[in-house]
Amino acid sequence: METTTINNNFKSEEYFINMGPQHPATHGVLRLLLTIDGETIKKVEPDLGYIHRSIEKMCERDSYQQIVHLTDRMDYLSSNINNEAVCLAVENALQIEVPERVKVIRTIIGELTRIASHNLWWGVMGMDVGALTTYFYAFRDREMINDIFEETCGARLTMNYNIPGGLMFDIHPNFVKRVKEFITHFKTKLPEYDTLLTNNVIFQKRMRGVGMLSKEDAISYGASGPVGRGSGYSCDVRKLHPYSALDKVTFNEALRTEGDSFARYEVRIQEMWESMAIVEQLIDNIPEGDYQVETNAVIKLPKGEFYQKVETARGELGVYIISTGTKNPYRLKFRSPGFSNLSLLNHIAVGGKIGDLVASMATLDLVIPDIDR
Amino acid sequence: MSYFSDIYKGIKTLLTGMSVTGKYFLHSQKGGITQQYPDNRETLKMFERFRGEVVMPHDVNNQHRCTGCQKCELACPNGTIEIIWDRQVDPETGKKKKLIEKHIYHLGMCTMCGLCIEACPTDAIKWAQNYENSVYDRTTLTRVLNKPGSKLMPGVED
Repeated sequence: METTTINNNFKSEEYFINMGPQHPATHGVLRLLLTIDGETIKKVEPDLGYIHRSIEKMCERDSYQQIVHLTDRMDYLSSNINNEAVCLAVENALQIEVPERVKVIRTIIGELTRIASHNLWWGVMGMDVGALTTYFYAFRDREMINDIFEETCGARLTMNYNIPGGLMFDIHPNFVKRVKEFITHFKTKLPEYDTLLTNNVIFQKRMRGVGMLSKEDAISYGASGPVGRGSGYSCDVRKLHPYSALDKVTFNEALRTEGDSFARYEVRIQEMWESMAIVEQLIDNIPEGDYQVETNAVIKLPKGEFYQKVETARGELGVYIISTGTKNPYRLKFRSPGFSNLSLLNHIAVGGKIGDLVASMATLDLVIPDIDR
Repeated sequence: MSYFSDIYKGIKTLLTGMSVTGKYFLHSQKGGITQQYPDNRETLKMFERFRGEVVMPHDVNNQHRCTGCQKCELACPNGTIEIIWDRQVDPETGKKKKLIEKHIYHLGMCTMCGLCIEACPTDAIKWAQNYENSVYDRTTLTRVLNKPGSKLMPGVED
């Protein structure tokens, strides 16, 4: 019924097609309703809910230790940073000070997660615009980080390594050696990425001037992470509100002012360099000490509202807990970066072609389970 | 004129990029990166912390360390672990003691979060590094971790 009324309002040249939910360029089960005139896009309507698992509702059922493993399944590419966000929120509420060792290890693993996430994004981004080689090269280098995680945390993707009060267990004896190996390896590989893809004129023509987003629009749509920073909006939570050991390291915030897809691409490439710099500063002097603070077996948060934000690979993740003093949260809300970044897709894609939509959507770096939760 | 220079630039950067792929084509990494998975089962070894499935180690006398305190059952976020227990008379002291009858583990529901193993006070359960968990019938994923006829190791208290 609805379709017929829509059709009556259409002009004769316009038609609409479904992109997704099973489309390789949407990287998951995202359905886009495209209104198209010829090949020019008139309107993009994202349709969500295909992978909704009601994580926020499940959090109301679970204890604070159990919530952490659910956040692995939101933005699975930066799962360690999601874990950290919940743990920091609970620790701040309980006013626990975790040891320096924990802070440093959390930061190192968080930055490695960011490199792994951007690495995968680079491979998939190349594939979206037709360069298949990038996919294999990115996965070759990401494999090393996954091995580090598997050895220390026990899993490759859904680590659940952080617990409120510290870490589940100490780092593996090989951890430092392997991270150093990876840094030296990746420093020779990252310039190859530029030779292979960034400097390619054909690739640049696909990206430059596509998906323009001004700074004003980035702020009003709530963009964060590399999407906001590609438009000159300085929004790095690591700089503005440092958490864990990030106040002890020096790094530059990757910032571009062009606001097109290529600017967002360059921001992520530079962030990989910056993350490597952060890891290098911390890896040599991980302080000795405990990896965990003893907490009660049943954690009860004091009555009140608590908020903690962190910078995941996609942008600002906020954890908002309302506690009534029991062992479960009364309400737990995640402010996910992917949802706000998706909301501006219509704005940047209108007027372009379908090929440009794929290119600009790839630079938004959407992870659908993060959007639906 | 810019049309031809664009073509020239395009081909030039394409060849620059292909020099990278060509380098790997001619000088492939020693041994290669791809693992020949089903063929290398004999040599493929997981890391010692790898989370494959939860198991309960038994010693040679068929004794385990589980006291039936149910802390793992409580720690589990999604009801993967079920413990059926009973109070039995201990022949040595004559007192009634909580002993497990069955420690049931539903592998199909497990999210490998590791909270049960963290919670266990007697190290009765641990991770196994088994990674081939696909089966034809999901009922085979429900496992009883304590072996039939097994007993509690003497001296283990929670």
